[in-house]
Amino acid sequence: MNRSVRILLMLLLVASIIVFLVLNLLLGSVEIPAGDVIDILLGNKSDNRIWTNIVIKSRLPQSLTAMMAGAGLAVSGLLMQTVFRNPLAGPSVLGISSGASLGVACVVLLSGSVGGVALSKLGVIGEVTITLSAVIGSLLIMALIAFVAQKVRGNVTLLIMGVMIGYIANAIIGVLKFFSAEEDIRAYVIWGLGSFSRVSGGQTWVFIILMLVILPSAFFLIKTLNLLLLGDAYARNLGLDIKRARLLVIGCSGVLVAVVTAYCGPIVFLGLAVPHICRGLFHTSNHATILPASLLGGASLALLCNLIARLPGFEGALPVNSVTALVGAPVVMWVLFNKRKSEV
Amino acid sequence: MKRREETVRVVRLETGYQSKNKATVITRDINASLYSGELTCLLGPNGAGKSTLLKTLTAFLPPLGGEIYIEHKALGDYSDAELSKVIGVVLTEKLTLNNMTVEELVGMGRSPYTGFWGRMGDHDRQIVEDSIELVGIGNLKGRMIHTLSDGERQKVMIAKALAQETPIIFLDEPTAFLDYPSKVEIMQLLQRLAREKGKTVFLSTHDLELALQIADKVWLLDKPHGVTIGTPEDLAIDGEMCKYFHREGVVFDRESGLFQISHKIDKMIRLIGDGARYNMVKKALARQGIDASGNNPGETVIEVKDNGYRINGSEVSSIGALLDIVNDLLSTE
Repeated sequence: MNRSVRILLMLLLVASIIVFLVLNLLLGSVEIPAGDVIDILLGNKSDNRIWTNIVIKSRLPQSLTAMMAGAGLAVSGLLMQTVFRNPLAGPSVLGISSGASLGVACVVLLSGSVGGVALSKLGVIGEVTITLSAVIGSLLIMALIAFVAQKVRGNVTLLIMGVMIGYIANAIIGVLKFFSAEEDIRAYVIWGLGSFSRVSGGQTWVFIILMLVILPSAFFLIKTLNLLLLGDAYARNLGLDIKRARLLVIGCSGVLVAVVTAYCGPIVFLGLAVPHICRGLFHTSNHATILPASLLGGASLALLCNLIARLPGFEGALPVNSVTALVGAPVVMWVLFNKRKSEV
Repeated sequence: MKRREETVRVVRLETGYQSKNKATVITRDINASLYSGELTCLLGPNGAGKSTLLKTLTAFLPPLGGEIYIEHKALGDYSDAELSKVIGVVLTEKLTLNNMTVEELVGMGRSPYTGFWGRMGDHDRQIVEDSIELVGIGNLKGRMIHTLSDGERQKVMIAKALAQETPIIFLDEPTAFLDYPSKVEIMQLLQRLAREKGKTVFLSTHDLELALQIADKVWLLDKPHGVTIGTPEDLAIDGEMCKYFHREGVVFDRESGLFQISHKIDKMIRLIGDGARYNMVKKALARQGIDASGNNPGETVIEVKDNGYRINGSEVSSIGALLDIVNDLLSTE
């Protein structure tokens, strides 16, 4: 594929992001005329305070969150697939998102039965606590994985270790659920459904800024990632410090998942699907192309999913996780079928 | 051609695996050298430790004892980055790589020289181009790796090692899984690289015949004997070859310096004639366990003619038909 086609595809991805972003802002359960939406976004006073509130406090942060989360998960998934040389790897495989869930479960489920306060009723403080516990939970699991990564040789061993750690985390969550009040379990389950609108107000901006800092750091790994594609032996022969490379890539990927999961809950599928879709589109594994492509593709697909979840009729009640799978899975299957044809 | 220089020297090298509290020694006390401009083949039966030795020389495995000097500097003193500019490898493991072009993969060979972002300059691109041409895969440049045949892929990996611009290239069974013409092609290519570019080429292989015809030096590796080194011809004269590869049904022909399958001969027949046809008939009969020669006694006589073969008065045009008659005669006797 030549350079101009590649650039054209990238521009198309950017265009799709803009289109979906605009649609996200325009469409919703409350009908607001396009002109008013633009007015509100431009900072002009609108006569309708409710409309202003909906656009500024709900639609805009939600759309931006979806964009950032999608980009983060896609990049994270790509890094995992490369470092483990496994097409089925995704952000959730190393148990990092399970770690986030465990952190949240500990806080949400234990606060009621042990502390005597139902966290779900605490509002903003509750939200911050949940976010922090998710970050701490996933970072702890990540530290454990990083430690294991230094000890074991093979990637498959590491992958299995990660999956096992995930199982253990889920088992502990199960035990916690058993001893918890029904109300807290409900709060936990809702968090687990994943949502781009869970965080409110200033926290959204914290999330967006965090992602803007972490996402570009993945670009520093492009050369490392390309070398890892060749397998450990060839990569090492080409001068790559394998252990350090593994640590950096898993670390970067892990932090991305941790932050996204903390703010949006465990969002499934995007991280696994987007890199495949992009490889299918661009016909390359070169990270100089596929990394920015995944970033843009992830943002675009997340916006599309968010749009569908909020279509009139669903009234925002559709969980994002159902949409990501329903939209993404057929796309991946289509990409794989097409690839078969061209390979044979 | 560049001057022949010692590029790799191993002294009392002991290879093997170090696990928690136990070292498994595979080969011990190897003293040897490799030279620039030479193609050296590492031969030995499965399990003799060929791969382990190669891995030790490329620093994938630490040696259990002894020293390795690469260009007069101890292997342990090289950093991974430094070593990547001195030793290039081609491995047996098949790349599970999709969606990468030949050009991109060969370009990966430039990684030790490119900067932080891995971007190639004009100089790098020129070297990639040259490497691809040198290996003779210019027509495959834009092809995806996963669409190539095994032989083509092996050439791509050799081009990668060339792009790496290392004076030394180690290859682990580069001819495995290839059809015979491809094996010959790869070996000749490697020999050319050693000759023309002054590279030190060291490879392990199971293709005895080829190795003995093309290698400048042979390292024979075997558990009971350790390592024996020499030109294939010296080893043949010393009788070392027979010692290493002696098996039922295989003879080392000291005349040609090559291995041949030995046939159990229990019958004789008289064969008259000369030239290529004569030799072919002799070969075909040997396969049937029949010794054929002009001096053999017996009533049955085969005559080699210009346009066919004559046996006991009847004329046949092919060796196949001839064998049928011979077999008939012998079974009725």
